Amino acid sequence: MTSWFASPADAAYRLGEAGYLADRATATTAYLAGALEKPLLVEGPAGVGKTELAKAVARATGAELVRLQCYEGLDEARALYEWNYKKQLLRIQASQGTDQAWDETHDDIFTDEFLLTRPLLTAIRRAEPTVLLIDEVDKTDVEVEGLLLEVLSDFQVTIPELGTVVAVRRPFVVLTSNASRELSEAVKRRCLFLHLDYPDAEREREIVSSQVPDLEDRLAEQLVATVGRLRELELKKAPSIAESVDWARTLLALEIHDLDDKAVDDTLGVVLKHSSDQDRAVRELRLRR
Amino acid sequence: MTSSGLLERHLAFLEALRGAGLPVSLAEDLDAVAALGALPWDERATVREAYAATLVKKPSLRPTFDALFDLYFPRMVGDGVGRDQDGADEAGVGDSGPALAAFREQLLDALTQGDQEALQRLAAEMVGRFGAMPGRGPGLSSWSAYTALRRVAPSQLVDKIVAGLLAQGRTDEEAQRVAGRRVGGLTAMVEGDARRRIAEEKGPDHVADVAVRPSIDRLDFLQARRSDLEGMRREIYPLARRLATRLTQEHHARRRGPLDFRRTVRASLSTGGVPLTTHHRPKRPHRTELVVLCDVSGSVANFAQFTLLLVFALRDQFQNLRAFTFIDHVHEVTHHFRPGADVAEVMADLAASTSHAALWGRTSYGRAFTKFAEEHGDALGPKSSLLVLGDARSNYSDLALDSLREMAGRARHAWWLNPEHRRHWDTGDSAARAYGEVVPMVECRNLTQLTEFVHDIL
Repeated sequence: MTSWFASPADAAYRLGEAGYLADRATATTAYLAGALEKPLLVEGPAGVGKTELAKAVARATGAELVRLQCYEGLDEARALYEWNYKKQLLRIQASQGTDQAWDETHDDIFTDEFLLTRPLLTAIRRAEPTVLLIDEVDKTDVEVEGLLLEVLSDFQVTIPELGTVVAVRRPFVVLTSNASRELSEAVKRRCLFLHLDYPDAEREREIVSSQVPDLEDRLAEQLVATVGRLRELELKKAPSIAESVDWARTLLALEIHDLDDKAVDDTLGVVLKHSSDQDRAVRELRLRR
Repeated sequence: MTSSGLLERHLAFLEALRGAGLPVSLAEDLDAVAALGALPWDERATVREAYAATLVKKPSLRPTFDALFDLYFPRMVGDGVGRDQDGADEAGVGDSGPALAAFREQLLDALTQGDQEALQRLAAEMVGRFGAMPGRGPGLSSWSAYTALRRVAPSQLVDKIVAGLLAQGRTDEEAQRVAGRRVGGLTAMVEGDARRRIAEEKGPDHVADVAVRPSIDRLDFLQARRSDLEGMRREIYPLARRLATRLTQEHHARRRGPLDFRRTVRASLSTGGVPLTTHHRPKRPHRTELVVLCDVSGSVANFAQFTLLLVFALRDQFQNLRAFTFIDHVHEVTHHFRPGADVAEVMADLAASTSHAALWGRTSYGRAFTKFAEEHGDALGPKSSLLVLGDARSNYSDLALDSLREMAGRARHAWWLNPEHRRHWDTGDSAARAYGEVVPMVECRNLTQLTEFVHDIL
């Protein structure tokens, strides 16, 4: 079984090559998730690069990304597998004219041919390197967590009619969560945990520059400093990295070369999405005289 | 691993984490060992991240973890290697007037620049030079963060830091806030370093038991410091969001209403008339009206504000919500909580309106209840729930139990949240039992208890 990364430094380097600038904690944890073959639970505010981390691991290691987007009401049939009822009904109807015994038909309709694999089962059955991304796991109902437990701890899925499907090759599993709900202890116990937060100014500048290469260095510095000041305010939704990058693109598109108070005021809507937050920023940073 | 004593240290560290309230299971213990085995050992920060990734599954517990990690895997021993570079103190005269002035100069620089590494170094130096309490024998000397902080008094530097920050182009409020936060951070570093040195003398287990502060959601409202309060305030909105999600989900789980016949039949068409899945009509949620009556006298003001904020952050869960503050006079504050209002502003408004709640200046529950029954009695009805917040300390004045009984009788439910530890109830002027007999009284000392309570009544 191949290992994913050789060391934390290797993880940092290869993720960097794939366009993801990882700090020490992220690199170390990503390396450990690969080395210990344990799922990785990434938690943190929206827009700090949780999903992006999974994509970057896939890019860096040349693995295929299988994604399960969680939502309220997600069930077994959407996450694991489903029997293709319509095809099964057709099969039964087709056999009615012939004298095939019911037993044979019965055995026949619970085979691979009638199985619709969903992301979890797909990821486990793949023989090639796979990154399994279980996105926004906190959006699901509590029952789905029970479903995940078997997959996360033993990398296997039990299908009553077929038996247990064990992973041929363990996928690199990344779960992301915005912590809108406390996940169960059982899930957390099976995972490594990484809390991603807003990066420091230096790293954020690197990220913005790498995402928007055309941005002038001085402007990038101004932008990151302003975003840092905004995050220090008590806002409902502090600007995330994704919003910094959006802002950089906006400035580029508007051909703004100097981020003075007026420029900040004009484009504030790109980074702050609540009107009360905008009012607060205008007042505290004294944007309008 | 056994011979080097590392296993013992690892186990002691885990024990300390458990003692501090982190749920560390055996499985996670084994993960941690496996993770350490897979890593190079030469960097302390890597070891810390490996431990954190395997053992800490909740961000709010991270500060506790960091404090304990610093105890069991200290950053350095004693004064570290940097000691003779300072060259200042020959034979322990580091603590003289000029030395203090020079040190404060350095500290001011580091605080103004926000240079974390320099601050960390200075915090260690500060404890070593100004916080030493020499003992008579080996193992008897000790270090005091309190002494060091009092000698150096970083809080007196705030004005200068603010001036420095203003020169960097920050606005006034911003500079104040940043300065306050940096001094708070320095205080924490100094305390951490004192803990580390004491642990070196007496063993980390001794210190871990007594000196590590509880995490923010288990911190007592009445014992919180200013820097803690800010952290708690930042927690309120995420907390309310989590709570609201949880409530919605639990309501949904119980949602299966009566069968929706049309939808079920329509869905069965695609499976040849076999109804494989049934569809149900949604259930209508029932919502209550909530009336909050809140003691805002000095001793419980923090608690009152947090509870009010949490309740208002959850206002979607109620049909109607009214809030009143009192000390000895009742004042309605519902209008401060406009939808989408700014947290900091609301807090300021509430603090300003405290004066309306006091006519005489001394807490009197009796007078407040009587006034409430007279002036706002119509707020309570058969659909509403009454929530009283306060420590039930009424300065030995008339309790007006009848008024409260009448209010509780008119409402559908009534609760009383008391921020004091249960063992302090009925001591001094506390009328906890007398009021508790009229309205069920619940102990509510920290954010966790508060969340649990709000979840249970909804």
